[in-house]
Amino acid sequence: MRIIVPLQSLVHGHGGLVLGSILPCALFYLLQHQFKRQRPPPASSPPSSIPRTASRALLSRSPPAAVSSRATSISSTDHESPHYEGFSKCFDDPFDRVTNPNGIVQLGLAENRLTMDLLTEWIAGSVKASLMDPEVGGLVSYQPFDGLVELKTALAGFMDQVMRGSISFSPSQMIITAGATSAIETLSFCLADPGHAFLIPTPYYPGYDRNIKWRAGVEIIPVPCRSTDSFRLSIASLELAYNQAKKRGVKVRAVLLSNPSNPVGNLMDRETMYELLDFITERNIHLISDEVFAGSNHGANEFLSVVDVAHTEGFDKTRVHVIYGLSKDLSLPGFRVGVIYSFNKIVLEATKKLARFSSVSVPTQRLLVSMLSDVKFIQKYIEINKKRLQRMYDLFVEGLKQLGVNCVPSSGGFYCWADMSKLMRSYSEKGELELWDKLLNVAKINVTPGSSCHCIEPGWFRFCFTTITEDDVPIVMERIERVLENNKR
Amino acid sequence: MTPPPRRKADAEEDSKTSSPPRRPSSGTGMRVIVPLQGLVQGRGGLVLGSVIPCALFYLLQFYLKRHRPSPSDEPAGPIPRTQSRSLLSPRGSSPPASASSRASAIAKASDSPYYAGNDKCSTDAYHAVSNPRGVIQLGLAENQLTLDLVRDWIESNLKESLLGDLQGELSIRGLATYHPFHGLMELKIAVAGFMHQVMQGSVSFNPSQIILASGATPVIENLSFCLGDPGNAFLIPSPYYPGFDRDIKLRTGIELIPVPCRSTDGFSLSIAALERAYTQAKKRGVKVRAVLVSNPSNPVGNLLSRETLYDLLDFVTEKNIHLISDEIYAGSNHGNGQFISVAEVVEAEDFDRSRVHIIYGLSKDLSLPGFRVGVLYSYNETVLAAARKMARFSSISVPTQRLLVSMLSDSKFIAEYLEKNRERLRKMYALFVDGLKQLGIECANSSGGFYCWADMSKYIRSYSEKGELELWDKLLNVAKINVTPGSACHCIEPGWFRCCFATLSERDIPVVMERIRSITESCKVNH
Repeated sequence: MRIIVPLQSLVHGHGGLVLGSILPCALFYLLQHQFKRQRPPPASSPPSSIPRTASRALLSRSPPAAVSSRATSISSTDHESPHYEGFSKCFDDPFDRVTNPNGIVQLGLAENRLTMDLLTEWIAGSVKASLMDPEVGGLVSYQPFDGLVELKTALAGFMDQVMRGSISFSPSQMIITAGATSAIETLSFCLADPGHAFLIPTPYYPGYDRNIKWRAGVEIIPVPCRSTDSFRLSIASLELAYNQAKKRGVKVRAVLLSNPSNPVGNLMDRETMYELLDFITERNIHLISDEVFAGSNHGANEFLSVVDVAHTEGFDKTRVHVIYGLSKDLSLPGFRVGVIYSFNKIVLEATKKLARFSSVSVPTQRLLVSMLSDVKFIQKYIEINKKRLQRMYDLFVEGLKQLGVNCVPSSGGFYCWADMSKLMRSYSEKGELELWDKLLNVAKINVTPGSSCHCIEPGWFRFCFTTITEDDVPIVMERIERVLENNKR
Repeated sequence: MTPPPRRKADAEEDSKTSSPPRRPSSGTGMRVIVPLQGLVQGRGGLVLGSVIPCALFYLLQFYLKRHRPSPSDEPAGPIPRTQSRSLLSPRGSSPPASASSRASAIAKASDSPYYAGNDKCSTDAYHAVSNPRGVIQLGLAENQLTLDLVRDWIESNLKESLLGDLQGELSIRGLATYHPFHGLMELKIAVAGFMHQVMQGSVSFNPSQIILASGATPVIENLSFCLGDPGNAFLIPSPYYPGFDRDIKLRTGIELIPVPCRSTDGFSLSIAALERAYTQAKKRGVKVRAVLVSNPSNPVGNLLSRETLYDLLDFVTEKNIHLISDEIYAGSNHGNGQFISVAEVVEAEDFDRSRVHIIYGLSKDLSLPGFRVGVLYSYNETVLAAARKMARFSSISVPTQRLLVSMLSDSKFIAEYLEKNRERLRKMYALFVDGLKQLGIECANSSGGFYCWADMSKYIRSYSEKGELELWDKLLNVAKINVTPGSACHCIEPGWFRCCFATLSERDIPVVMERIRSITESCKVNH
């Protein structure tokens, strides 16, 4: 009776709200808890069913050892964007005017080969002296992971030369990493926790997707820029994106942009920088300025670093961080040298400790100390490099113009941002990728499609002109023309 | 127990008669009230009574989740935004930009004695002539015994190895331009050959299973990212290399579960202890993903026997986890035991190779820690694919790679180097251990590495970690020698210290012993 009566009242709804809600809720939670405890992790395999015996022969077919879910997602090849696919194809069949005239011309990698002769000359003349320290210990022994003091000093001087700003860079605010790729990742770890986000104006450098999301677990929120604005950053769009993120409950920790921008090549002007600094100060977030192409501006406009503006206008510099490196301005991507420059004590402290994971080989550091201290050479190098960049840019853009392809006027970087939307079959990402594919497999030139850079307007392509010589330009134009002709038919 | 329908009818009746003043058009009102009343009085029973509160509860949870403040939140700046920039004087008035919570944790993490001692050493380094009262570094496992051979080689071969014969642009391209982030194929081949030589021909390594990185430190971190997700754990026999705490825990979120080894076993690995640790972890609900061992071990210097390797492989296979073997000191075994790589065992027997991963590098066996060269050798395709992609974050400078291709391909030089190196390590080890013995300090039997594992428990005031750290402090600040205390290596028995001897020359040894003696004497007096 005592059991039946309450049960009956339950069923009939007596005891009402209380019993009727608590009991099922309790049961439900118990069920959830059970599931949670027993939920197998995503990448695990069923435990081995083979009993353990002394005879090893029986122990043969155990299930494969599962890797982490991060490894599974990073290794899977469905995430290959055309940007990377083109690279591997190019690698296998590289163009050479003499030995492989039918190979794929690499216009997708922002690497500068225009001034290799200057580098060769210097290294041949000075390598021995710069590396053979009086004590070989200075070459082979453990040194601070965040870089030799001598190299930081030399790099600070180099950055002063390149950026020619009103503020001098201080070696003590610098952390040296194995490439700017690592600098961006390390800074992402230090400015955001997993699940937080960075606002990045699009189109942006495809590598950010890997550097920021893969291990640091930071989300990227693209802030679209439009061709009508020449793809310049609009603070209103930033504002919009920030508010949308907030509504979604995503915490934005920083704005990341490149200046000169990649892939468009814009230089940021003082006014926009003010507004940007206002914006981030008001929202209490950080600004990461990727200035790797600072010394590779070839137009009439002068490069202006965000550090400069923050300093002269009295903004709080602890929220401003600069990424730099030697892969672009000194054409030494193989050396793997990147820089994090910050005014924020905690960020400096943390990145210093993380430097152990991406430190630069000491012989390379010694060589660079020598090279960067050769101020005359560096000055000459920067000047000649700019001239050659300007020349190639003019040639290339003119060549494209004659094919009816217009580029956004740009003053920095190794590339031009070309509008091929009229030449696509359909005005969509699909149409763009079709054209990209034709260019790669028929015209045999590798370029980066705008979709890889998250451009919202289809049909834009990034052409890098620094891996070819002047003589190669007509060949490239002719190949593009062939494809455009075929497309028109 | 009145049947429900009647009660409902009654209620309807009731509300009709009792509340007309409140509901003039009682039609709609009725439709609302009746079910509500039913709820309150338990009508509609179980279903309504459970669905509605559950729904409300979930809504509440959802709302809270969305609006949950994140840990590093700072209050928004109180300054209203105006056009006039002068009013916006930001200096001092806007809140400081906060770093991420993980950055704050990393930045503020206090240094273990392992790092603190190293720092002190670098600022006041001992030099026989110029700084005889400086701190003698016995805390950094670096080998300077055979640097003369390295120097000679570099001096004669540098230019050619870096620049070839400088024909046109070819060699500068080979030096300065982008190359695969996971290492030049030529270097992988050379490294595979070097590893083969170091392990005395017992194993052939396949270059395509090699990923190169800027040091064994990023290799370990990359591998950890590949084998475990945040919250997972690795089992690791203790005492272990203090750097693992940073390399594995700092960013990957993986926990390290020490598996204590005892002096009575000569600090060798016990499978029973592994088993116990694994089961305990499981009870706690922590998922163990791998066992990490170093062989030769650091800080003790033990070599893993063939039998132990078999047992270890059995263990990881049964538990379906991975085995990471850090074999960075493989070529630095100076004792009588023979080094056996896990690769040798795995290839000889029919074990599942996809769970075995080897860490190697040039910082120890080739005394080139400044070059930053680490090696991941794995049989697991997925790990290799992921590690290859992550190599972009810790890539080796190409000029260094070129230099090493040359050096490692010079097999004559390498053979001579390895032999001389072993000889000098053996000699130094013998001298050092003997010196300690004369002070009444016994060392654990060891055959590899640059260090000895010394038992100074007799000289600590209280048999505890506190006593050990007191002695460490005295040794550092009074005797001015930097050694690594066992607690920094997570040793469960207090009083053990790791002393590295490979940065000393023979004539430094009496100096070191004298300084240690001054401490042990004063400790004896106090006992």
